[in-house]
Amino acid sequence: MTGTNRGGYLRRLALCGAVAAFGFVGLAGGAKADGTPAGQVAMRRLTQEQYKQIVNDIFGPTVTLGGRFEPDMRDAGLLAVGAAQVSVTAAGLEQYDLMARSIASQVVDPQHRALLIPCKPASDTAPDDACAKAFLSKVGRLLYRRPLSQHELDDQVAAANEATAKTNDFYNGLGLSLAGLLEAPQFLFRQETVEPDPNHAGEYRLDAYSKASRLSFFLWNAAPDPELLAAAEKGELNTDSGLKKQVDRLMASPRLETGVRAFFIDMLSFDGFSTLAKDTTLYPKFTSQVLRDAQEQTMRTIVDHLLVQQGDYRDLFTTRKTFMTPLLASIYKVQVAFPEGVLNPWVAYEYPEGAPQAGILTEASFVGLHSQPGRSSATVRGKALREVLLCQKVPDPPGNVNFNLVQDTNNPNYKTARQRLEAHRTAATCAGCHKIMDPVGLALENFDTIGGFRTTENGAPIDASGEIDGVKFADVIGLGKAVHDNPAATACIVNRVYEFGAGHKPNKSESEWMTKTLAADFSSSGYKFPSLLRGIATSDVFFRAMPPQTGALETHTKLASDVNGNQEVQK
Amino acid sequence: MIPLKNINRRRVLRGMLAGSAVTVGLPFLDCFLDTNGTALADGQALPVCFGTWFWGLGFNPGRWEPPTAGKITAFGPELAGLTPYKDKVNVYSGTKVILDGRPMITHFTGDWAVLTGTTPREERVVIPSVDMLIADVIGTKTRFRSLEVTSTGNAVHSYSRREGAAINPAEVSPAALYTRIFGPEFKDPNAADFKPDPQVMARKSVLSAVKDQRDELAKTLGASDKARLEEYFASLRQIEQQLDLELQKPAPLAACTTPTKPEDLVLGSEIESVKGNHKLFAALLAHALACGQTRVINVTFNDATSSLRKQGSSMTHHVYSHEESIDPVLGYQPNVTSFIMNISGGLADMVGALDSIKEGDGTLLDRMLLMASTDTGYAKVHSLDDMPLITAGRAGGRIKTGIHVVAKGDPSTRLGLTVQQAVGVPINSWGTDSMQTSKTFTEVMA
Repeated sequence: MTGTNRGGYLRRLALCGAVAAFGFVGLAGGAKADGTPAGQVAMRRLTQEQYKQIVNDIFGPTVTLGGRFEPDMRDAGLLAVGAAQVSVTAAGLEQYDLMARSIASQVVDPQHRALLIPCKPASDTAPDDACAKAFLSKVGRLLYRRPLSQHELDDQVAAANEATAKTNDFYNGLGLSLAGLLEAPQFLFRQETVEPDPNHAGEYRLDAYSKASRLSFFLWNAAPDPELLAAAEKGELNTDSGLKKQVDRLMASPRLETGVRAFFIDMLSFDGFSTLAKDTTLYPKFTSQVLRDAQEQTMRTIVDHLLVQQGDYRDLFTTRKTFMTPLLASIYKVQVAFPEGVLNPWVAYEYPEGAPQAGILTEASFVGLHSQPGRSSATVRGKALREVLLCQKVPDPPGNVNFNLVQDTNNPNYKTARQRLEAHRTAATCAGCHKIMDPVGLALENFDTIGGFRTTENGAPIDASGEIDGVKFADVIGLGKAVHDNPAATACIVNRVYEFGAGHKPNKSESEWMTKTLAADFSSSGYKFPSLLRGIATSDVFFRAMPPQTGALETHTKLASDVNGNQEVQK
Repeated sequence: MIPLKNINRRRVLRGMLAGSAVTVGLPFLDCFLDTNGTALADGQALPVCFGTWFWGLGFNPGRWEPPTAGKITAFGPELAGLTPYKDKVNVYSGTKVILDGRPMITHFTGDWAVLTGTTPREERVVIPSVDMLIADVIGTKTRFRSLEVTSTGNAVHSYSRREGAAINPAEVSPAALYTRIFGPEFKDPNAADFKPDPQVMARKSVLSAVKDQRDELAKTLGASDKARLEEYFASLRQIEQQLDLELQKPAPLAACTTPTKPEDLVLGSEIESVKGNHKLFAALLAHALACGQTRVINVTFNDATSSLRKQGSSMTHHVYSHEESIDPVLGYQPNVTSFIMNISGGLADMVGALDSIKEGDGTLLDRMLLMASTDTGYAKVHSLDDMPLITAGRAGGRIKTGIHVVAKGDPSTRLGLTVQQAVGVPINSWGTDSMQTSKTFTEVMA
């Protein structure tokens, strides 16, 4: 930051007082004067799940959503990080507008208004300032995750009154003003606010309401509840004991499961299921219910292992314990006793020792999601394992590659994926990348494109042996063990969890803290996942922020050249 | 209902004032059509429209281009479906995408370099695509600044972006697109009755309250977040504009008819569904253009990493493109080529839909300019040479058609510049680095 900018910022800070909101772009480095890491602050668009959760929390499950969301964007492996890159397009806002009006009209309808609106207007056909204010200030605080400023509240009340006057309907006017809140940028974007840190002169931290939001979205994937907002209002989140009390409460809540699921749904790219297609002629067992069951199986495995059993994160790759439905049991070809008379029952299941399946890698959610519609793909699976679970980047294939050596699956000389890929890898330009993907993905070839178990392909036996980062294995069980023991797996989860909460790629100093402190504590805990969550949620680092850098709006070209050209600096 | 010919300015004005006591902006009174429906009342031609049409994985080199440069007398076999429209389309061969040392990101670099004029440095696009540059000029007075659709069932298969990383999500369902355009909020330009809706006025005042907070929100943001907030407010202005237009009596458009609501086929990448849904989209978009609801459309037939497949086959178009052998007799990959024929058939469907709407002595296609582009010149090897490019329509007489332009290695951006100039974007140079060009295809400029 230049001296001029900093001076300007400080002046504004003095003028704006406690409600000043400062978002700013990331800066290189990230170390504070005293060496404490400090992260970036950026506006983050609510994800689809967060939007749904907030509406459900505030208005209850009987208020339904219509319309569709803008696609979320994945950056650095997470939608949570991409959320800080995206805006709202015209077509997207059209949909938010539709949804906002649909939600608002339900909230003010005769069925809901007695429950959700804390007052009755003097007349149903005329504006009522006091009632509009009472409702909008209450709901506005929950939607904006902070109290509305006087100006914001005045504007919303005036809009409700104007809309009421135009339509001679108080509830319609109030509903439209509520719709305005639901499509306002203050709701759709999580805008974090920075304030000077009184404990460290010249340093900055998130203000209490921003802290509340970070905590709540991190642990519950939801906006702060009234109790957390109250703790923010009273300043309790700025004390160690107050923060710990709230973290304890959030982590003891059953809603922690929602947050943990949200994290893994994001990390494991389960958004891909919404458009996943399989050829139903070749795989008639594949239905939309199988798709849902496959995701739920992995979520249940994760939640049970990490939260209920408080197990070692690494054991997710080797555990024989999972959950089954009749449809999944049929695909995996396992015998499971299901209760009778229950529609699509879930049953805890443990694979027998020596079974060819164990760990989440062998579940349909992994091998099915990372496949072609009509066949498995060792390359896609190998790439996914490297990128999703080990946080390793596999380079893109080069241009102008000749694929003549790769024959189709009907070629009698190349019956299995291994044979076809080995032919492909004889091309020197391809070998470099394929040798880091294929030996990993080939270990999963015992699973077809929907996760069904098989021992042959086109009549030839499948060889599932391979090697990952120098560790050789004979089959997929060995692959699970190798991933379990691979330090990249635990380093990766530490990174991803922190990024999910903070919404940005860690800068250099944050990374150092994560390696030296966070990862070390995670290891000492026996790789207990809740311990990792707590380590982040109670850390100073999570809430410290770089000094804001404000600046004039830049042109298309300038922005493009900055983002494209200065990537190294941003990292 | 009052017959169209009996509508006059006085009747419209009287009808409006009688219909509501509220003040409304005057409608486009000077925009009435002339008697034969080819121009507005002041003699101006009906406005030019623009569209992009994207398909993934290109064509087979040497099998799509017309055999000779200049006037098109025939196409290569892979474009034979366009034969009925050979006088209304142009084909541009021989252009390429230049990397300037940047990584070749397969199925990404080529598509976006053609559509944004800049070869991306990473798997992210931060500058607007050509359709958005055009929409900002010609799309500001319509209900929808642009409409995006994809036949693949996946909303992220959109090849339209504004600056920043925001993709313009594509509509995946023809039925949903129908409701969006021709649902309750559609104002038939040829309807005799018009009464402004108080609810729309109420919604406007609410949006004003949101907009009023803009300055307060923006003043403390950093540059990157401020740009994203600006985009949000640009989107908000478009919603306001939609409401403004709902409060005005639209100018009659003789060619505008309301289509019937289509029923979606299964949404997904199976080729028959893709073709069917694309055809439904083509008809709806043609009607939307004829009814003045938008002037810019974006269509994705299939994504760059083509997920097209045939029911019962384990292979996708993309997998075939890399793994299928070239048939020694035919000289090309048969399965890949089968997908290609479906794609070019889809393009013919789109052109046909535009050409089927009669406007005066001509058709909607005459005032349209549709630019079709892809991600690669030869998918089998991810080539960025000889990128297939096609345009359809005469852009209201600003483009000559029936011409095969042979570019001899020029950057593909020459077409992006040409189409922008043809529809009235005031620029004389487009693209960056080696993709920068100030040369239009003068052969086709009227």
